[in-house]
Amino acid sequence: MPTDTEVQPVVEMRGITIQFPGVLALDAVDFTLRAGEVHTLMGENGAGKSTLIKALTGVYPIDGGTITVAGESRIFRGTADAQTAGISTVYQEINLCTNLSVGENVMLGHEVRTLGRIDWRATHREAERYLETLGVRIDTHSLLGSHSIAVQQLVAISRAMVTDCTVLVLDEPTSSLDRGEVDQLFRVIRDLRDRGVAILFVTHFLDQVYEVSDRITVLRNGKLVGEYAASELSRGDLIAHMIGRALDDLAALSDTSRRQIDRESVPVLRAIGVGRKGVIEPVDLDVFEGEVVGIAGLLGSGRTELVRLVYGADRADSGRFEVDGGPARITTPRNAIDHRIAFSSENRREEGIIGDLTVAENIVLGIQARRGWLRKISHSEQSAIVSEYMTALDVRPADPNRAVRNLSGGNQQKVLLARWLATAPELIILDEPTRGIDVGAKADIQRKVADLSAQGLAVIFISSELEEVLRLAQRVVVMRDRRIIGELTSADIEVDDVIDFIAHQGQESMA
Amino acid sequence: MKRVVKHRLFWPIAALVALVAVNTISRPAFLSVTVQDGQFYGSVIDILRNSAPLMLVALGMTIVISTRGIDLSVGALMAVSGAVSLTIIEASPDPENLGVVLVAIGAGVLTTLFLGAWNGFLVAVLGIQPIIATLVLMLAGRGIALLVTGGFITTINSTPYQFMAQGSVFGLPFAFYVSIAAVAIVALVERRTALGVLTEAVGINPEASRLAGVRSRGIVWGAYAASGVLAGFAGILYSSNIMAADANAAGLYIELDAILAVVLGGTSLAGGKFSLAGTVIGVFTIQTLKSTITFLGVPPAVSPVFMAAVVIVVVLVQSRRVREGFARIGKALSRTPSQTRPDAEVAS
Amino acid sequence: MTSTPIRTEQASGAFAARLRVFVNRRASWIPVFAALAILIAMFVGAQLYFGNFLTPRLVSSLLLDNAYLLILAVGMTFVILTGGIDLSVGSVLAFTGIMCARLLSEGVPTGVVIPIMILSGAGIGLLIAVLVQFFDVQPFIASLAGMFLARGLAFVVSLSSIKVEDPAILWLQSTRFQVGGWYITPTGIIALLVVLAAALVLQFTRFGRTIYAIGGNEQSARLMGLPVVRTKILAYVISGTCAGLAGVVFAAYTGSGYPLNGVGTELDTIAAVVIGGTLLTGGSGYVLGSMIGVFVYGTIKGVISFLGAEQSWTRITIGVLLLIFVVVQRFIITRSRRR
Repeated sequence: MPTDTEVQPVVEMRGITIQFPGVLALDAVDFTLRAGEVHTLMGENGAGKSTLIKALTGVYPIDGGTITVAGESRIFRGTADAQTAGISTVYQEINLCTNLSVGENVMLGHEVRTLGRIDWRATHREAERYLETLGVRIDTHSLLGSHSIAVQQLVAISRAMVTDCTVLVLDEPTSSLDRGEVDQLFRVIRDLRDRGVAILFVTHFLDQVYEVSDRITVLRNGKLVGEYAASELSRGDLIAHMIGRALDDLAALSDTSRRQIDRESVPVLRAIGVGRKGVIEPVDLDVFEGEVVGIAGLLGSGRTELVRLVYGADRADSGRFEVDGGPARITTPRNAIDHRIAFSSENRREEGIIGDLTVAENIVLGIQARRGWLRKISHSEQSAIVSEYMTALDVRPADPNRAVRNLSGGNQQKVLLARWLATAPELIILDEPTRGIDVGAKADIQRKVADLSAQGLAVIFISSELEEVLRLAQRVVVMRDRRIIGELTSADIEVDDVIDFIAHQGQESMA
Repeated sequence: MKRVVKHRLFWPIAALVALVAVNTISRPAFLSVTVQDGQFYGSVIDILRNSAPLMLVALGMTIVISTRGIDLSVGALMAVSGAVSLTIIEASPDPENLGVVLVAIGAGVLTTLFLGAWNGFLVAVLGIQPIIATLVLMLAGRGIALLVTGGFITTINSTPYQFMAQGSVFGLPFAFYVSIAAVAIVALVERRTALGVLTEAVGINPEASRLAGVRSRGIVWGAYAASGVLAGFAGILYSSNIMAADANAAGLYIELDAILAVVLGGTSLAGGKFSLAGTVIGVFTIQTLKSTITFLGVPPAVSPVFMAAVVIVVVLVQSRRVREGFARIGKALSRTPSQTRPDAEVAS
Repeated sequence: MTSTPIRTEQASGAFAARLRVFVNRRASWIPVFAALAILIAMFVGAQLYFGNFLTPRLVSSLLLDNAYLLILAVGMTFVILTGGIDLSVGSVLAFTGIMCARLLSEGVPTGVVIPIMILSGAGIGLLIAVLVQFFDVQPFIASLAGMFLARGLAFVVSLSSIKVEDPAILWLQSTRFQVGGWYITPTGIIALLVVLAAALVLQFTRFGRTIYAIGGNEQSARLMGLPVVRTKILAYVISGTCAGLAGVVFAAYTGSGYPLNGVGTELDTIAAVVIGGTLLTGGSGYVLGSMIGVFVYGTIKGVISFLGAEQSWTRITIGVLLLIFVVVQRFIITRSRRR
């Protein structure tokens, strides 16, 4: 596998800068891709991975910097431009048409024609040929939708071959694959690499990165951290590069993680063997009164999926729940709410705020939904609740009649928190409550969580910033690759210890 | 001033005022109201009376649209309720009896309540697209009405029944009072209870609402049932006007007028926040438009062309592309750089 | 080079295996077969009940009476396959019909009138397409505007019906090519030719396959580099053109133009297309299926008139049948999504 540094790279991106309203998504990032290599792009949420990819594939225009493909400087005005430059992309959602046959998907737009009329025999033969080169032998007349995601992905890759690509971008290709399918995919990738295709690979499955990559580029907060040879970068260093260090201005909360929790009493919530096929391996989880349980793990480890099962947002197909000692059926959010469980989603915009409603309406929504439509919360009651929480959480601007979508991310998060706290829950699940918000709001929210848990509220807390987790939680549950790999007591450990744990715990048990 | 212009009712009211102004200029008699035998007469009075069926249907349509749905069956439901109640009155030995009339009306409305609930079941429980779910009744409903009347246009003589569309109270048409009552009741139910806000939440963001614990299924179901009830009353009014149950003509195309009224009033077809006041203004605007067209001597059959023009103008105004186009022109004139990525999400 | 082949599961037994292959290849044909089964069942049932239903004369008249609907259904199939809908077709049929009658009665030669009719249909289709594609208007609303426009224009042309006395047009309907008891009219031939042409285009041209791709996943089609915008516009233009052509056929069939024609016909058309196995969500369906759907509609109408029952039963039966099809389609979709 030659990586001759004198060979001109296939793709050179220099000083790429992309600005979104209010956010600098990419800040002068450099990226190099060589022929015949598998190059993995890594970084946490908000790092800029997918923005960089979209710049390369022509989805986003760039505000600064240059892109050179095969020695020629390029400006991509759309996805078609990138395709003509020889860059093919296989997205996570597999952008093919499942209502058409396999062969047709491979050849769509390039069918074999005689006198303007499609020759289906010849077209399917061509499709078979392309699939064969990837070692795939299936009935090309069968519907694409009748095959597994893994096969569909391979079909998408062979389509890239049809359009004669020099660069193949694979965006999170293994998220829905099982072990055997991943092996198969990697065999295909290595084969393509040996044939000289430049492959850009995006994933957050740590083990897979080392299985298949030649080089690794790490981004953090829109900036380039570095480009490394996979063989020279340890796991620990990789994770450290990705996660980095955040400023600690909440020293006063250091006592929180040391608070004693009574774990002899009946847990507020107990999940036993809860799992969902293809999403989360069956896990056990206990949360006690006044306890903050942190869930740590990299993106894609299954943290959100797990708590969604606990809340009933998704339906578990194995295991059972106990709330306050008694059996509980949690299959819909309403079940959870009736058991006084609250959930603040990591996807604020799509699953949290009701954008066109006012701050006040958003805050009382939780209570109102539980009361039912007949018993409307009176205006005075609403004002009292809203002003109480707006003051407690310092929501700005202090206008309860503003549409929530006009607030900054941090204040939107506070409104969401207010909504849930107003329902006086016993257990609140916070999924990335501090993501994408300003430092001040971050501090406010963390302080509030600490106070509430000291008063007896049970909390499940997910954050990619391990400092936060260690600061607030008494106990940290660690996840990797869709399972819980262990538990740590946060009082005795540092961020590095968690990183180490994620990187190495249970290595031996990986088949 | 900017505050006034930005108020979401500004353009609907402005449109109505402009329309009234145009009318008054071309026929000064438009706004005049005369009194005869204790009853008011005049073009404006006609509008108040004739708009009642559309008002009822449009109120129901507003709620349904707010849930991101649509109800195409309202015209057919009008035919059904008219058919049912007239058949009962016709079969009764004493059609003048108020009790009989009330029972007949009750039966008609109950039938359309049931049919509306059926629509709601298809959409909320089975998850069928609202257009198709209500299309079924749109097709089959008139047939059902014809079956009820045995294929004929049933006619009756009944003073109490006739009173609804043709009588007046304190000089104003009874139908107008029905309109007012409907608006008042719907406004009370939607705004005095939490139903309005919850419905809007479901329409704006169904997933977030579900996660917040809102009972979306019941709300959507109820919206279609309410639409059914209101269409039922509209059908009663319509049949009272002609004292006949005409299954083919009752409420013909009224669903389109209703959708237009809702859209004119500022409620978006994409669902979410709705405005009952806007719908009321929209209904009066459409009714006035129809009156204008008739006055101009345009055969009523040709009025759809004007409706088409109105629809096109309204959707263009509401279309993002047109608004962005204007914004771009505005920005070019004031020379500030514009963002070229309107929907960019924060990077991941 | 790895040579581990990837094969799909083999079921035990040769027949089960072949059945599985068939289902995997031809899943989208199943609703069409269902429609065909229903049609055959209706024929058989009617024959058994009435005894004299399945005569060559009656079956031939199925095509004669519904040729216009067949042409409309073909156009509608294109639009629905892309995931859209066209509510204007009934009104366009009326508009082009009355305009045809008016122009002919004023001495404009037939050779000029017919192209004008077809082009005006195409024009309204283009208007709808522009609204949908460039102004993001929902197809329902855009075609509603088209429907209003066409209906109003029909009345602008004439408030009452106008007879068509042009021999060329009347020839289309009155001529019968007979073989034994079976006959076919030029209008029937036109309708069948339209079906054939559409089937060939959808199956053997890149344009046709793009239509299916858009219906399957418009985003994917765009990312795959297919000419999505152009294709969607053409779909609506085709629907409008078919409506114009259907106007000619209908004028020949009724011998006149009447501005109130085609009220509700768009719904009949949509019903026929859906019953014929085309999914409303787009991406799956065949014009042959729509043809079967039209014949189902025609047979129901025929049975109802045989029964001497009121014509209102036709709409009810169609409505119920449509409901059943949609609910079943929904279950199939939910089940396949859970895979």
